[in-house]
Amino acid sequence: MQQNIGGQNVLKTFSLGGIHPAENKRSADRPVEILPAPPVVTIPIAQHIGAPASPIVKKGDEVKVGQIIAQSSGFVSANIHSPVSGKVDKVDNVIDASGYRRTAIIIKTEGDEWEEGIDRSPDIKKEISATAQEILQRIGAAGIVGLGGATFPAHVKLSPPPGKTCDILIINGVECEPYLTSDHRLMLEKGEEMLIGVQLLMRALKVDKAIIGIENNKPDAIKHLSQLCEATPGISVQPLKVQYPQGGEKQLIDACIGRQIPSGKLPIEVGAVVQNVGTAYAVYEAVQKNKPLIERIVTVTGLSVKKPGNYLARIGTPVADLIEAAGGLPEDTGKIIGGGPMMGKALTSTDIPITKGSSGILIMPQEIAGRKPVENCIRCSKCVSVCPMGLSPYLLMTLAEKAIWDRAEEEKIMDCIECGSCSFTCPSSRPLLDYIRLGKGKVGQIMRSRIK
Amino acid sequence: MSVVLITIVTLAGLGAIAAVILYLASKKFQVFEDPRIDQVEEALPATNCGGCGFPGCRAFAEALVKADDISSMNCPVGGADTMSDVAAILGKEAGSAKPQVAVLRCNGSCEHRPKLTDYQGATSCAVAAALYGGETGCSYGCYGCGDCVQSCQFDAMYMDEATGLPVIIEDSCVACGACVEACPKDIIELRNKGPKSRRIFVSCVNHDKGAVAKKACAVACIGCSKCQKVCPYDAITMDNNLAYIDYEKCKLCRKCVEVCPTNSIHELNFPPRKPKVEKETPEQAPAE
Repeated sequence: MQQNIGGQNVLKTFSLGGIHPAENKRSADRPVEILPAPPVVTIPIAQHIGAPASPIVKKGDEVKVGQIIAQSSGFVSANIHSPVSGKVDKVDNVIDASGYRRTAIIIKTEGDEWEEGIDRSPDIKKEISATAQEILQRIGAAGIVGLGGATFPAHVKLSPPPGKTCDILIINGVECEPYLTSDHRLMLEKGEEMLIGVQLLMRALKVDKAIIGIENNKPDAIKHLSQLCEATPGISVQPLKVQYPQGGEKQLIDACIGRQIPSGKLPIEVGAVVQNVGTAYAVYEAVQKNKPLIERIVTVTGLSVKKPGNYLARIGTPVADLIEAAGGLPEDTGKIIGGGPMMGKALTSTDIPITKGSSGILIMPQEIAGRKPVENCIRCSKCVSVCPMGLSPYLLMTLAEKAIWDRAEEEKIMDCIECGSCSFTCPSSRPLLDYIRLGKGKVGQIMRSRIK
Repeated sequence: MSVVLITIVTLAGLGAIAAVILYLASKKFQVFEDPRIDQVEEALPATNCGGCGFPGCRAFAEALVKADDISSMNCPVGGADTMSDVAAILGKEAGSAKPQVAVLRCNGSCEHRPKLTDYQGATSCAVAAALYGGETGCSYGCYGCGDCVQSCQFDAMYMDEATGLPVIIEDSCVACGACVEACPKDIIELRNKGPKSRRIFVSCVNHDKGAVAKKACAVACIGCSKCQKVCPYDAITMDNNLAYIDYEKCKLCRKCVEVCPTNSIHELNFPPRKPKVEKETPEQAPAE
C-alpha cells in the first residue's frame, strides 16, 4: 500500500496543491454520546442539494419517529422524515444554516413512538437479501444524502447516467477538515455495520471493488477497518497522507486510484463513485434496519470548549442543545461555525437546527475568530501552488471583482471546489474565496441561461 | 540632375497609382452610414451610462435612427429636452417619458435595525448576499457595503456613516439604473420624479410576517394593509406582507403616510404639514 521512494515510505495523496492546517482533533478519543430528543425540533425542508422537499404534514398533525413529513420534489431531491414523535406545531419560515429565513417544519416532541417496521434492536444484520433495485429504492425512500457535508442525494449518485459505467466504489473516511472527528468515531464504533453498508452500495452499483480512503492521522481506524476488511472480499483500506482537501471527491479519487477527472466532469467519467462513511452507515440502517435518516453524529469542538465530544443527535436539534451538552458556550466565543473550519459556515444564531449535512459545530475563541485586515496582493503565488484544482485564485478573484465573467469562465472558475486553501494560505489575507464564490454563482447563472 | 528627376517622376507615379487604387477601393467597399447617426449622437449626453438599455450613446443613436417609432425610447440622462432634439433631427415623434430618479427602499439604519452579527468578509454586498442574510435580523434590507455607490458614475450616491445606508443625491441622479443593477437585494427602484420632485414610496422591501419584520427593524413594513385601505386611488397593492405604491396611480395625497404605524412610508420634498385644523391650501392639493 505504501510506495517506497528513495528509501522512505511515502503515503499516497492527491497530485496538485493542498495544505496541512493544524489538526486539532480534540474529540478523537471521545466515544459517541446519544443526545436525547429535544422538546422542539425544527426541520428545514431544504437540507440537501437540489429541489427542496415539499411538506406533506400540516399544523396539528400527529407524527411518529421515522414518518415521512416532506416528500422529495424531483429527481435531485430527498425525502425528509420526522426525527421525533409528537405534534406538528407549525410550518414556518425560520433562519437556518444558510443565513436566510426558509421554510421549516417545527414539531413539538411528545413521547417516543416509532413508525412500525423500523428495527431498533442493536443486533447487526449481516445477510444481504435486497437486490440492486431494492437497495436504490430504499436509499431514495429513506432520504439519504451525502453525509460528508455536500448533502447530494445518494440515490442520484448511485444511478450512473446511461452510457457511463462504474467499476470502483471509493468510501471517504478521510475527514480532512481539522477539528472534526464524527467520521473517525463512526469508523471505530460502527465499523462492522458501515462495511455492510459498503457491500450494499457495491451491490447497488454492481461493482466488486471498493476502497476506503483514510488519512494517516487515524491509525486506530485504519487498523480496525483493515482487520474487518479481511472477512469482506473486494473491500480494502487505503491509508493516505494527511493533506487538505483530500476529502474532496476529485482529490480522493486521484489519491486512491490515480485517475484524474476532466474539467467540468463528474467522477463517473473515470468510472468511480465516492460515498462518505457516514452515508454507508446510513445505507446500512436504511436497507437492513428499515430506518430512515433521522439522526447523525455531530462533533462539537473548539479550542475553548470544556467538553469537546461527538454526539448522536436527531436532525432538527438546535445547535444550542449540542453546545450545552459539550459544556456550554465559552465566554470568549467569537464565532460558531456549522461544519469544519475550512469549509464550514458561520452560524448567525444558536437556534439554528442541525441538518443532514451538519458534521460538526466548531466554536472559535474571539482572538482567532476574526479576519485579518486585507492587504495588497504581493504576487507570491502561494494561492496558485496550493490550489488542488490547478487554478489561479488571485486571477479569479480579480476577474470576479471586476465582473469579467467571460474570462472567468475561460479560466475555469467553475472547477473551484471552494476548499478555501487559497484564502487560508494568503499572506495578505485577501478574501480570495469570497469573490471566487461570487464569480461561480454568476458564471453558473450565465452558463445555465445559455443552455435554455 | 537626372537622378532628382527620376526620383520625382517615380514617386509621383507611385502616388498616382496608389490614389487610383484607394479611390476605386473606397467606391467598391463603401459602407453607407446614415449621417443622422452622427447628428443624433451629438445631441445625446455622451455619458455612455447604458441607462437607455443600449451599450453606449452611439449604439442608442443607431437604434434611434433605425427605429420607426421612437416614442418608447428614452435617454434618462438627457430627458425630454434631449429626446425632443433627437426627434427634431429624425422627424419622428418623441415619447413622453417622465423624468425618474432612484429611491432607496430601505430605512434600516443602525438605529432602527440593530446588528446581530458582525460581517468581516469582502466589502461587497454581492459577496455578503451570497453568504447570508446580513448583519441584522432583516434579510431583505441594505447590507451597507456600497455596491450601489461604486456603480454610480455620476457621483449621485454616497454612504452615510451615521445610518450605514446609501444616500441618493437627487439633483445628480440621472436614473441610469446602474445602482438598481448593482444592488443584490433589489432595494433601489427608479420612480417618477413627480411634480416638484414630490414622491411617496414604501421605504421597505421586507416580505417577512409583520411580527418578524418589526422585531428585526423598527421601521419595517409589517403588511398591515392600512395604507391600502385608506388610499382613495387604488395605488397601493399588497404582496406577501409588503405594500407597494404604484407611482403612476399615486396622486400624492399623503393619506397613507399618516396611517402607517411604523413610518415605513416616506414622503419627499413636501412642505411641512400644517396643523390639522387648518384647511389645505391649493398648493397642497393633489397634483397632476
